[in-house]
Amino acid sequence: MTDRSSIPAPADPEPVLAVRDLKKEFPLKKRPAVKALRGVSFDARAGQVTGLVGADGAGKTTLIRTAAGLLAPTAGTVTVLGLDSAADSIEIQSRVGYMPQKFGLYQDLTVEENMALYADLRGVPVAERKARYRILLQMTDLSAFTKRRAGALSGGMKQKLGLACALIKSPKMLLLDEPTVGVDPVSRRELWKIVYEMVEKEGIGVLLSTAYLDEAERCQHVVVLHEGAMLAEGAPATFREQVAGRTFLVDPPSGVKPREIQMRIAGQERILDATIRSGRVRVVTAEADKSPIIDSLSGPWHAEVENAPPTFEDAFMATIPQAHRIDLSKPAQTSTSAEKHGTGEVVVQTRDLTKRFGDFTAVKGITFEVRRAEIFGLLGPNGAGKSTTFRMLCGLLPNTAGEISVAGQNLRRSRSRARSRLGYMAQQFSMYGQISVEENLRFYGRAYGLSRKRLQKRLQWAYEEFGLDRWRDKAAGQLPGGYKQRLAMAAALLHEPEILFLDEPTSGVDPLARREFWLRINGFAQQGVTVVVTTHFMEESEYCDRMLIMSMGKTLAMGTPAEIRTLARTEKNPAPTIDDAFVALAEGTISGNDATPAADLQGDDP
Amino acid sequence: MNGSAYFRMRLRGILRKEVLQILRDPSSILLAIVMPMVMLFLFGYGVSLDAENVPIAVVTGDRGPAARELAARFSLSRYFKSHTATSMAAAEKTMTEGTVEGIVHLQQGFSSDLATRHQAKVQVIVNGIDANRARLVLGYAGGVLEKWGAVRRARGEPAAVPAVVIRPRIWFNAAADSRNFLVPGLITLIMTLTGVLLTALVVAREWERGTMEAILVTPIRRLDLLLGKVLPYYVLGMMGMVLSVVVGMLLFGVPFRGSFAALFFLSSLFMLASMGLGLFVSAAIRAQFAAAQISILAGFLPALFLSGLLFDLGSTPRFIQILSYVVPARYFVAISHTLFMAGDVWSVLLPNALALAFMAVLFIALAYRKITKRLEG
Amino acid sequence: MHALRRIVALMKKEFLMILKDPRSRFVIIGPPLIQFFVFGYAATYDLKNVSYAALDESKTAESRQLLSRLDGSENFNRVKTLLSDREIDDVIDRQNARLVVHIGSEFARSIHSGRPAAVQVIVDGRNSNVAMIALGYISTIVAEYNEKLAAGGRLAGRGPGLVLVSRAWFNRNLQSRWFIVSALGGIISMVVVMILTSLSVAREREFGTFDQLLVAPFTPGEILLGKSLPGMLFGLMDALIFCAGAVYWFGVPFRGTVFALVTVLACFIVAIVGVGLLVSSLSVTMQQALLGSFVFMMPAVVLSGFATPIENMPRWLQLATHVNPIRYIIKALRQVFLEGADVYMLWPQIWPLIIMAAVMLPAAGWLFRHRTQ
Repeated sequence: MTDRSSIPAPADPEPVLAVRDLKKEFPLKKRPAVKALRGVSFDARAGQVTGLVGADGAGKTTLIRTAAGLLAPTAGTVTVLGLDSAADSIEIQSRVGYMPQKFGLYQDLTVEENMALYADLRGVPVAERKARYRILLQMTDLSAFTKRRAGALSGGMKQKLGLACALIKSPKMLLLDEPTVGVDPVSRRELWKIVYEMVEKEGIGVLLSTAYLDEAERCQHVVVLHEGAMLAEGAPATFREQVAGRTFLVDPPSGVKPREIQMRIAGQERILDATIRSGRVRVVTAEADKSPIIDSLSGPWHAEVENAPPTFEDAFMATIPQAHRIDLSKPAQTSTSAEKHGTGEVVVQTRDLTKRFGDFTAVKGITFEVRRAEIFGLLGPNGAGKSTTFRMLCGLLPNTAGEISVAGQNLRRSRSRARSRLGYMAQQFSMYGQISVEENLRFYGRAYGLSRKRLQKRLQWAYEEFGLDRWRDKAAGQLPGGYKQRLAMAAALLHEPEILFLDEPTSGVDPLARREFWLRINGFAQQGVTVVVTTHFMEESEYCDRMLIMSMGKTLAMGTPAEIRTLARTEKNPAPTIDDAFVALAEGTISGNDATPAADLQGDDP
Repeated sequence: MNGSAYFRMRLRGILRKEVLQILRDPSSILLAIVMPMVMLFLFGYGVSLDAENVPIAVVTGDRGPAARELAARFSLSRYFKSHTATSMAAAEKTMTEGTVEGIVHLQQGFSSDLATRHQAKVQVIVNGIDANRARLVLGYAGGVLEKWGAVRRARGEPAAVPAVVIRPRIWFNAAADSRNFLVPGLITLIMTLTGVLLTALVVAREWERGTMEAILVTPIRRLDLLLGKVLPYYVLGMMGMVLSVVVGMLLFGVPFRGSFAALFFLSSLFMLASMGLGLFVSAAIRAQFAAAQISILAGFLPALFLSGLLFDLGSTPRFIQILSYVVPARYFVAISHTLFMAGDVWSVLLPNALALAFMAVLFIALAYRKITKRLEG
Repeated sequence: MHALRRIVALMKKEFLMILKDPRSRFVIIGPPLIQFFVFGYAATYDLKNVSYAALDESKTAESRQLLSRLDGSENFNRVKTLLSDREIDDVIDRQNARLVVHIGSEFARSIHSGRPAAVQVIVDGRNSNVAMIALGYISTIVAEYNEKLAAGGRLAGRGPGLVLVSRAWFNRNLQSRWFIVSALGGIISMVVVMILTSLSVAREREFGTFDQLLVAPFTPGEILLGKSLPGMLFGLMDALIFCAGAVYWFGVPFRGTVFALVTVLACFIVAIVGVGLLVSSLSVTMQQALLGSFVFMMPAVVLSGFATPIENMPRWLQLATHVNPIRYIIKALRQVFLEGADVYMLWPQIWPLIIMAAVMLPAAGWLFRHRTQ
């Protein structure tokens, strides 16, 4: 063991992490090397949370792994606590806490045993352990579960245990790689509480990567990475200042859905971004001028446009190079069948739907109906039973009690003919990775019995609609993340289904791809396709016509986004988000029982 | 605390983790304990190269007393189960149908030839498809004739004295019971399974589940990682070995003539060589599926075919023999056969032990080199 | 019609998957070929160049004649000439020689005086099989020597007594390589088929593509059929390649009809596909599927008669082997190659395979339907 006193402790203003012109390449056989990092430089300081923000493939994970000494830089240096990450990795590793994306927990070991393992590995003196365990368990709310195996913990608890293990020997610096991916909002808030506590009490430096743009606001310092290059850095406030005066909120006129407004605005000249937030459309323009918005909203679409305080997300969308953004105009223009809209025919229906696995009841008496051309969202934290409900709807799981009807039939019992009327997109990427894009599409086309001529036509449509033309012969597994999702969607839509089932379609998808995805979904709904979608991103539920919030197998609330938001309206918080409403519902501070299914589908005013 | 105290603490932590995982993961127990037992029972009961009660047809075209006596000797032999056939054609038919595996034909004039010329011919036809078995059957038939000749001579009846007779003595395994060599050989196979396959799988699993990444970012040293895997699976493999030896000796009555100390020492060497191979495979290939494929291909199959366990290596072509020198199982098969049946013959054990020690050091050193604290292989 | 299109679509996709995935390609092409050749050469019970040591205390023309017969045989190879019987222990213990031929000082005198001249053969019994075979070779050589002495007429009134005239059907020179190599193709193609089919469903489950398949308008039967046909074709192709290899590379005679060979292989592979799909339906992960196939294959190969005869097993175990599909293909392959069997002669091996396939495939289908939860 090296003598610890020989390395000088860094003085406070010194950065705990200094990245200097860092380059990292991964050589490939026969192909040019992947350039994961192309010369990144920044500092992270003690007593601060530094956020690494970027889409998939931005190089966030590579950077954190290099700082942890797991990867050697191709060029440039990373200095952690005054030590070079390539030369002194062992020393760094004994001083930093690190949590990889998969948490690094042993599923067969209990909470206590996992903590003991990391205490042993990090050489925490036995005498100090009891006190340390108590602090960490209290902080993470895991005191009641010390004897439970890590594999039996919920996603949020696993993540907190992972954090506790990383903090077992008060580190000088904490490296967290996407700690909040796939975790529900309640757990996300708790995690941030712990991180702040560590920063404030022990003054450590934290480097944290995230694809959630709202989390960037919680960092003191933000570094934006894009395709291996650093685009910008600074405090969230400086980012916001850059787009000051360029952010607007559009109030949809009565009888018009916000998403229709959004689709008219998105993709227009000098419009950088358009999203739905709390029933209104949020727009970022290229200059401090709202005329491009007003220009695109003519006639019946005319709406109020007001200035809005900028957020980090606005700044991020403005920072990302234009070429990488999506052509959003297409689906909006193809929406010709708006007259189908609101016909009110019930397409999907459940009554007292229940599913038991042995003693465990995963879904308890869920009742809802979905009408034609509606976008219906199933929301809830991990383990709420939304996936189980979803799988029963698709006929992948038999229901224990209650009734299901999809297009007039229970798919579990129906012949294959009925199944050809629906499209399905699974949670994971579920195309065949080894075979090419075209081969995948052809397979699904044939599987749904498309004739040769029709298949040819639909393939052409898919290539154009999803911009897959130049990836045609590429193995599906090697597509960039966003294109994978496009391919999966193209495959689900190839046979022009009436009903589209989407299971967590945006989980693990970066913010850019998520926007694009929802725009397309909107387009299909306008053409009369019924969409049932599950998600744990609360802000995405704004795109739904109606939604059902589930927890522990039961319905917490059901209604339009506006109705759900109204539930959480208090004096302190007059304009709550869906996120706020969800947290309040989950914590039981408000009850959703009064949220009856809305008869008026258009009632979307905030 | 000083450096060695930290080292002991880390080692204790990683060992405790590994032991808990073994205890809680049924697939480790399945592979290390249940599978060996199943194989032991299969080999112990199911596999034997010793033919007994081989069905044969005896055709006697001669009615003389000598012919009848010889036919009776065939039916009394424990090696044969004889059926009387009325004609050669009938016997050949049963042979084609597969109900008998050989025909003993005593032609007309057998008894008189023997009486007058002191010489007679016995025709034996065997089904040669299983050449090994056919040879054994021919050997057994020769044995029956030889014994009968000796009995006749002892009774003073006319029988020619063969000029040269063989007095065979089979050392170490007087009854030539094939189980005595199959069971010790099987222990080699069982230890290969634990050493290579299980070790490769558990390391690859840590990579796949992402636990390795978290562990690497602690002050753990490469040596800790290596010891943390070697020690528990060494113990597990040795337990499988002890269990197999005990079952082999008690249930199947296999003799053990060497010393247990030598067995322990030498099987330790073999275990380490196998585990070195397993660790090397898993350090180079970090996916369970591929690790399983490679370890079956590089560990299990060579141990079965290129070790002298079933098939004699000396009789194979040169390139196969050369190939077999890199198979650790080859050396341990020789060691276990010697220990079980001959005893502590150090002149045999020592060269094989040296080869194993060399391979253990080589593979473990390769694995150690291949284990990095970085993610890039 | 629609069903047919769907099955063809699934089959096409499976073919593409197998051919494009380096790991699957590896499973069906590389190792099977290596295994076939290495094991074709390694797996033999025929002994060549058995090391032996000679201790000749007689030192006469007769003893030298006998030893030169041993030296002239390709089966034996003299590694040492001993001078005293005290050296015997050492030579055997150290495994310098597999056996010691000890000719006593009375050897020549005994031959001429009419007493049987004994030759002591000390064999290392550590590998009892090798010991027994080597002894068999020596008795053949000694018997020939006896005959020659008698024929030479130098020992009037005496001869070998009973002469064993042996003949081996189907395999005149008793080459055990024929025995092993003829059946090897069956074993190796079984491994290929087992791995391909047992992984086929498990892989889709693990990669999450399975739900997509279930939601598409396939019936469970169509999925099973579409998934098993490529495995069957690859298995049959492998098996036929190995059969050709056995004939043209290892020189094993092929005496039966090609039609019979293809028929029995097809029946066998369908039965194995049934087992593979059964394992596949039962396992959730690829790891379980691999372990499951291993658990089936190991005992099934041991109890198939491939390396050791079924007839040597205890009665109850012999009965149990009747439910082992490998038993039938091993027997059938040897019959087709060496006995010259046609379909009629193979019928006793074919019908059990058909019954097994008829039980396994629906069972797999049933389990498949009831486990898709």
